Amino acid sequence: MTAEGARPPVLDVRDVTKVYGAGDTAVHALRGVSLTVAQGDYVAVMGASGSGKSTLMNILGCLDVPTGGRYLLAGTDVGRLDERRLAILRNRRIGFVFQSFNLIPRMSAQANVELPLAYGGVRAAERRRRAQAALREVGLADRARHEPNELSGGQQQRVAVARALVTAPTLLLADEPTGALDSASTADILGVFDRLSETGRTIVVITHEDEVAAHARRVVRLRDGRVVEDVRRVPEVAR
Amino acid sequence: MNPLEVLRFALRGLAADKLRSGLTTLGILIGVGAVILLVAVGNGSAEQVKKSIQRLGADSLTVSPSTSGGGGGRGGGFGGPPGMGGQSQQQRTGPRTQARDLTAADASALVGKAAPSVKSASPVVTSQSVTAGYSGTSVTINQFVGTTPSYFAAANKTVASGTPFTDADVTAGTKTAVLGSTVAEELFGQVDPLGKRIDVGGIRFTVAGVLKASGSSSSSFNDPDSIVVAPLSAVQATLTGYGGLNQVIVQATGADTVDAAQSEVTEILNQRHGITGSAAADFTVSSQASVQSAVGESTRTFTVLLAAVAAISLLVGGIGITNIMLVTVTERTREIGIRKAIGAPRGAILGQFVAEATVLSLIGGVLGVLVGVVGSRFTIVGVKPVLVPSSIVLALGVSVAIGLFFGGYPANRAAKLRPIEALRHE
Repeated sequence: MTAEGARPPVLDVRDVTKVYGAGDTAVHALRGVSLTVAQGDYVAVMGASGSGKSTLMNILGCLDVPTGGRYLLAGTDVGRLDERRLAILRNRRIGFVFQSFNLIPRMSAQANVELPLAYGGVRAAERRRRAQAALREVGLADRARHEPNELSGGQQQRVAVARALVTAPTLLLADEPTGALDSASTADILGVFDRLSETGRTIVVITHEDEVAAHARRVVRLRDGRVVEDVRRVPEVAR
Repeated sequence: MNPLEVLRFALRGLAADKLRSGLTTLGILIGVGAVILLVAVGNGSAEQVKKSIQRLGADSLTVSPSTSGGGGGRGGGFGGPPGMGGQSQQQRTGPRTQARDLTAADASALVGKAAPSVKSASPVVTSQSVTAGYSGTSVTINQFVGTTPSYFAAANKTVASGTPFTDADVTAGTKTAVLGSTVAEELFGQVDPLGKRIDVGGIRFTVAGVLKASGSSSSSFNDPDSIVVAPLSAVQATLTGYGGLNQVIVQATGADTVDAAQSEVTEILNQRHGITGSAAADFTVSSQASVQSAVGESTRTFTVLLAAVAAISLLVGGIGITNIMLVTVTERTREIGIRKAIGAPRGAILGQFVAEATVLSLIGGVLGVLVGVVGSRFTIVGVKPVLVPSSIVLALGVSVAIGLFFGGYPANRAAKLRPIEALRHE
């Protein structure tokens, strides 16, 4: 499953480096990472803490800029975009799932899911329809009116997944999505990811849990800011 | 992302902490309300003073002994019915000849062929804070005035019941008095005061009439209706003694001859008091216009002072908004990070926080206008406030501007945050 035809890969990371600080105290979080992810792939990025996987995630999600190297997202060179275009890119191309859910408090699940569409300028009626569809997809249609503090961790994370999906992004980016969940909720979320992968979504999951990585088709291992392993495997679909 | 959407986010943000939003609004409310109300009170008291001066009549002049000179021997202090502190017409620098009192002879000299514009001149002696009694009740009268009958017309006093005293009474020194409405009411209540005798420092005055209420200012201080008018000779004999007059009230033949009357009066008195060339006059002739401008000046200062105090409270309200917005931005840094991560453009974040601040100040401002307008319907410390429309517009405008500018700084700080920094914020 490499880049096929004229279609550019979803992710094309070329020799990206990231240095925090300067001089003697400089920390090299990434020391030249190259990675290509094709449309429809399901990749797990693994590594111990300090391996640079979170830094990579922030760069992939356009939340941070690399110190060196190039990063193309669906053929667009991210390094050349100004702040306004980056915001549009984050809005349309990327769906985020965070370890700590990052739902906005005191807003209903429905409103949280609608938020990216609101920033994308979608009309209210269309927004409501798509948000309901996304919530149905993660099996939470009956919880649309609940606020985050009325939902369990697993439910909150599913709302977050719905929010990430609702704009039909090119890339679904998840940073330790099951890190704060019990095993039942973990299975829920991984099940949602499996289904999404089957329908052709491109998913990149950052994790340190083998259980999560077991669902992916490809596992990339990072150590000390470098890719040390990149294997393709047959996913063992749970249940 | 349309503006309506941004506004909705802002309202939702405000609704999230109702107590805080309410208190912040209250700060602006008090500021705006205070500006409107205090300016209205200042304006109202200015109008009131203007009215009480107008009561003197548009065609009257007041001659009073110059207060800076030594014409001693006066009993009741300076001043009389509102009319002190007028602009001096004859104040010159230079050596003063021996100052002379104003006398009844001066007053009568002002009427005649030498002064065709003068209709009447009433000599006035005043005794202040006189206690009068009637059958066990006693009241303090602000002004006990001794004068001639022409005073009633010149000072714009109308007799409501009974009759004013006559020139014969003045000549004979009859102890008869015309009471101001406040005095009559406080002394007699429901009893008809006509013909009754009141006791003033052991001397009995027969009540000949009661004045019509001037209809303003119910405050006990400076009540124009707390007055008793009696014949000049009787008051001099009993209360003030035969020193100089406190005032001469001159009535011109018409409103348009006031200026002519003023110069005639000045000329006659200069002659009689032997004031020539550079010598400073020992009297002051002031017209209503000059008194009005002098008093207007002081009430304007008063209004500006009140407005300044109110403006400070409005400023404090504005600082409150800045403070709350800064706290809000800090508290919601993570939320801002989330919003940015899912693609909120900078303008949307900026707009949301500016809108929050503006909505707060606008609600506070509108409620403040409401409070100010409603509050000005009541009489405050004896003053009936008069709304100044420009103060409403100004206060509301300032409150909205405060929201925009003071809210803009925290909002800009929020919008400039890098998403990754905002997300890491705990």
